Amino acid sequence: MGKVHIEINGQKLEAEVGSMIIEVADNADIYIPRFCYHKKLSVAANCRMCMVDVASLPKAVPACATPVAEGMVINTKSDRAIEAQKSVMEFLLINHPLDCPVCDQGGECELQDLSVGYGEDVSRFTEGKRVVKDKNLGPLIATDMTRCIHCTRCVRFGQEIIGIREMGATGRGEHVEIGTFIESTLESEISANIIDLCPVGALTAKPSRFKARAWELQQTTSIAPHDCLGSNVYVHHRRGEIIRVVPRENEDINEVWLSDRDRFSYQALTEGERLLKPRIKNNGKWQETDWQTALNLVVKEMKRIIGGTEGKEFGALLGNNVTTEESYLTQKLIRGAGCNNIDFRMRRRDFSGDGRGSVRSGFNFPLAELDNMDATLLVAADLRHEQPLSAIRVRRSTGFGSAMAINPFDGEYNFRLDEELQPKPEMLAQEYAAVLVAADAKRPDILSAEAKEWLSGIKAEEVHHRIASNLIESENACIVVGVYVQEHPQAEVINWISESLANVTGAKWGYMTQGGNSAGNKIAGAVPSQSAAGGKAIKGKNAKQMIKDGLKGYLLVNCEPDVESVWSKEALTNLEKAECVIALTSYVDGRVSEYADVMLPIAGCYETSGTYINVEGKWQSFTAAVKAPDEARPGWKVLRVLGNLLDLKGFEYESSKQVIDELREVFDAVSDRRNARKVPPALGKVSDKDVTRESLGLYMVDPMVRRAKALQQTPKASTHPISISRVKTS
Amino acid sequence: MANEVCFRTLHLDTPWSLEAYESVGGYSSLKKIIAGKLTHEKVIDELKLSALRGRGGAGFPTGLKWSFMPRNMPGNKYVVCNSDEGEPGTFKDRDILRYNPHQLIEGMIIAGYVMNAEVGYNYMRGEFYEPYDRMESAIAEAKSKGYLGQKILGSDFNFELHNHMGAGAYICGEETALIESIEGKKGQPRFKPPFPANYGLFGRPTNVNNTESYASVPVILEKGGQWFLDLGKPNNGGTKIFSVSGHINNPGNFEVNMGTPFADLLEMAGGALGGTKLKAVIPGGSSSPILPIDIMMGLTMDYDAIGKAGSMLGSGAVMVLDETTCIVELAAITAHFYYEESCGQCSPCREGTGWMSRVINRILKGDGRAEDLDNLERVATNIMGRTICALGDAAAMPVKGFLKHYRHEFEYMIEHKRSLVKG
Amino acid sequence: MTDFNYDKSLHLKKLLPKDAIDKIDNWIGKYPADRKRPPIIAALTIAQEHNGNYLTEDLMQAVAEYLDVPHIAVYEVATFYSMFHLNEVGEFVISVCNNISCSMRGANKVIEHLQNRLNIKVGETTGDGLFTIKTVECMAACGGAPMLEVNKVYYENLTEEKIDQIISDVTMLRSKKSKSTEVKK
Repeated sequence: MGKVHIEINGQKLEAEVGSMIIEVADNADIYIPRFCYHKKLSVAANCRMCMVDVASLPKAVPACATPVAEGMVINTKSDRAIEAQKSVMEFLLINHPLDCPVCDQGGECELQDLSVGYGEDVSRFTEGKRVVKDKNLGPLIATDMTRCIHCTRCVRFGQEIIGIREMGATGRGEHVEIGTFIESTLESEISANIIDLCPVGALTAKPSRFKARAWELQQTTSIAPHDCLGSNVYVHHRRGEIIRVVPRENEDINEVWLSDRDRFSYQALTEGERLLKPRIKNNGKWQETDWQTALNLVVKEMKRIIGGTEGKEFGALLGNNVTTEESYLTQKLIRGAGCNNIDFRMRRRDFSGDGRGSVRSGFNFPLAELDNMDATLLVAADLRHEQPLSAIRVRRSTGFGSAMAINPFDGEYNFRLDEELQPKPEMLAQEYAAVLVAADAKRPDILSAEAKEWLSGIKAEEVHHRIASNLIESENACIVVGVYVQEHPQAEVINWISESLANVTGAKWGYMTQGGNSAGNKIAGAVPSQSAAGGKAIKGKNAKQMIKDGLKGYLLVNCEPDVESVWSKEALTNLEKAECVIALTSYVDGRVSEYADVMLPIAGCYETSGTYINVEGKWQSFTAAVKAPDEARPGWKVLRVLGNLLDLKGFEYESSKQVIDELREVFDAVSDRRNARKVPPALGKVSDKDVTRESLGLYMVDPMVRRAKALQQTPKASTHPISISRVKTS
Repeated sequence: MANEVCFRTLHLDTPWSLEAYESVGGYSSLKKIIAGKLTHEKVIDELKLSALRGRGGAGFPTGLKWSFMPRNMPGNKYVVCNSDEGEPGTFKDRDILRYNPHQLIEGMIIAGYVMNAEVGYNYMRGEFYEPYDRMESAIAEAKSKGYLGQKILGSDFNFELHNHMGAGAYICGEETALIESIEGKKGQPRFKPPFPANYGLFGRPTNVNNTESYASVPVILEKGGQWFLDLGKPNNGGTKIFSVSGHINNPGNFEVNMGTPFADLLEMAGGALGGTKLKAVIPGGSSSPILPIDIMMGLTMDYDAIGKAGSMLGSGAVMVLDETTCIVELAAITAHFYYEESCGQCSPCREGTGWMSRVINRILKGDGRAEDLDNLERVATNIMGRTICALGDAAAMPVKGFLKHYRHEFEYMIEHKRSLVKG
Repeated sequence: MTDFNYDKSLHLKKLLPKDAIDKIDNWIGKYPADRKRPPIIAALTIAQEHNGNYLTEDLMQAVAEYLDVPHIAVYEVATFYSMFHLNEVGEFVISVCNNISCSMRGANKVIEHLQNRLNIKVGETTGDGLFTIKTVECMAACGGAPMLEVNKVYYENLTEEKIDQIISDVTMLRSKKSKSTEVKK
């Protein structure tokens, strides 16, 4: 791209050929007022607010739609520019209600802000103002359509970013209204971004409606916990109460967006049935007690069971979004007390790969590169419902590149698939292996003889050759392995195929993981095969064994195995049967109060400091935005005190930072040894009973989301998006 | 001389038939082209020489427009005809479609040849059922004779022509709104650049001309650009169809030479209805500013003369108004029209047209205020030049015209709460 | 929730007769095969014609499914173009132009006469469901001002007698039509 030289308000600037005046001005921190322009959306040029004065042109022009040219002299504040901006402002205000005092956008409204600079005190418009009927867009988004200024950002977001046109501008002229086809709830999993995009108070967040004024809010930076991307957020709170969660810009992770799940899950903390005090079960009845009593009982029971069974009959299960500090301390505690049974992978069936792969992350390339892939192969990846914001990156790449999928379910995609294979779930590995066969045929020098031998019985059809060729021939290609594979009985075979296919084709690859902190849990050593940072460990029981075989005692850290595990039935039975179940939880509702014997109230995710490690291996630490309610305490503190009470060494932490620093030090000392996967044993037959037929839904993945009221009222809450029952038979 | 170009079949019995069209020399230009006697460069040269200017209202030189089309660019290119005919006062294209459809078809085929385009769309407004039927029959006739379709007249040149119907939206007369409408969307104009010649229908290079422009082409090529130019005035070549309506005895379409004195045109149209005194003329469709009759009587009917007088020749829709006409009422009708027809995309037009319409209607109801007129003037000024398409200007210009020449009628109504004219 | 074997074209096929579907298919053929939206206007026009001059939510949805386009894309078009009616209207929609030329030549008298004759106001439908009067903008027939349109047919140079004639002609046409369908039954 060439450069041109221009001048804005006397400032000499260099700009890319083809860029618009407004982009160049934004980069130089020269403010031009705007409503319809948004850097992530196409140019609509309909609000006409960004009019600027270009010396060579006879009239003011919109900065958003006027490309720069060599020698252009631009003034954003000349009389001509200001006059144009002011007149547009007047048009926008004539039909806008004067209800700022009761508008949720008040104080953070682009129209309000600009009207201070460009509006008049007294309106010259004396006719009646337009009134527009509000639309019902569902439980997440409140509407006040009379306030709409028709910038169409929300419409373009649907069309361009989501890729599903739900909203539109109907009618014409002054009667244009923004809405959906007949009133219907928005179905997108990232719909609520239109709240941020709306420059006025037409679209606001329903759950936080009328709860606070923008200027009363304090904000704390944090990390969203529900998927492995680790979206950056601001938690907005007032007087210790979370009011809302909004995206914090991070081009590498969430850009300027946030999934609805990450945005509204906070409601579990503010409106869920919280556990406020420690409680112990006495003759089947819950009794609130103080921390001292509860912790003494926990220590007594742990000592009793662990001591009496050489650690074999006790075990710790962790949720997917406990903080790295919590999982590090849990494994340290458990192992210190003489027990090696610890795991967080309650949806895993295949543990044969334990100890293999990288200790650092599931991805060998940055997620943001998904934007630029010429070819992307999805393997059992339901991105829209697992990591919604990664789906929009793949969608972006399909503007020029291609996407392909080997998904054993009828997925919902917001991008075009150029190839789609839909094997039965039990045939996933076979189908996928055929692509490796095809790749090997084209590039025969890479696979080992042993690998070729392994593949020898598998035949590649034309479609497998097309997929393989596409990966080989594309300059930027990648393979994205979905969360579903983590639950597959041949997960390790599939991982080996992925690794091999990446080697043969030159594609990058990575696997998505459950929840927000699978990577952190693994690095912290919350697995039976390795201790912190991939260190050696005495092998203990994995999640499947702990759940299916049953134990005398369980320590549950922010998880509900009776819902989350693929063996949920066995989990419930064995938890009910166990002599002692200790639950570190934030909530009182759910089955946990039936099977637990001690419940310790821990802080929710925005109430504690901690660190999440995302799927790319980014460590993201955060502080508590608000204090946990009543007697609830951050999980890491509870675990630290337990360590003290068990007389374990190395539990003298004064802050969570000391915990993570300790782990970090060990981790940094370990090089990233990737233990290459070995050629797996021959492919066995998988019974159709051994595969996931109904996945955890979008809003079912963890205890917090399950208690987020508004999310539970959306259409996506009631469906299991990758339900295998919908699979077409092939 | 009249009816020499677009209406040259009009004197015949079934002027719309292929037979009638062929009898006046129809399809001879196409035959010349197919026979290799007229290259695409030569066609454009002749058009440039003819000084044919876009008949839809903007008056852009047609030859120049055709030369912008990247004929050597690979891939689809489109020839689109604007038969939307929505500018109030205009009814000429409807008669071309009804009475001489083949000439339009031939013009579009030639355009396809010149631009290397194989598909054309003729966009007609949704109410044009009768013209649609005529066009469909004519297309069938032309196909059966090998003038249209695959391997035209045995050559390697293919051109398919489809009629497309709108469904009621003035804005679709704007060429990019029309393109959007063919694409099955709301008729909302696109921001330019890119212009249709680079990014038009389905994102491909597209040439959009008015019905009368395309229909003029076969005759120009038959008789020569110089001949056409000589019919009119320099820079204003040929004949032009004027749709004359309003307070006159013999309203209708008149194809006359460009530069014909208005007085002659008025006479052809039978003069003032019932012999009343004329007051004013809207010379080029409702978006052209009104001109008092004494100014009009001194003008010739061509782009330059009308432009100099402060209005526009536009689409050639001449609305004649006699002394019984209340200008405030006229302004209310006009403002309401643009209010109804704004597409709603740009803030100034969406909000401003409603504002102007409401103020004028309030004055008409007798609730006007002294400050209203300055405010109207200001609102009109603020809309102009601030919108994506020309509809903003189209809505503002007539209001400014009414205020310029007839402000006293508005003032009278504000003060006396009744019309100066009608009492 | 989603039945994947559902044929999306069935809905419209149930709502419209075969010749209407054929007409829509003919329109589809006019545009590049990879473009789904261009036939929306034509499909809605045909659907409206076969549904007593107005569109229902069901019809718009069926058109969207038939053409495989988002519902909102069809709804945007249906609400943008003034020839589409989203509320029930009469079997004969009388559209009276009241733009400049027609107004200068007595459009108001035409409207007044129609209102008196049919005993309804502009925007209303007669009790028998036969007529709706609406005012419209210029229809490109100013040479014949004042003018009106009944469904697809223009009537120009109107006088009161001519309007009366049009209404009785249309009413007669209607009764003939219903008789012929009775015979069929």
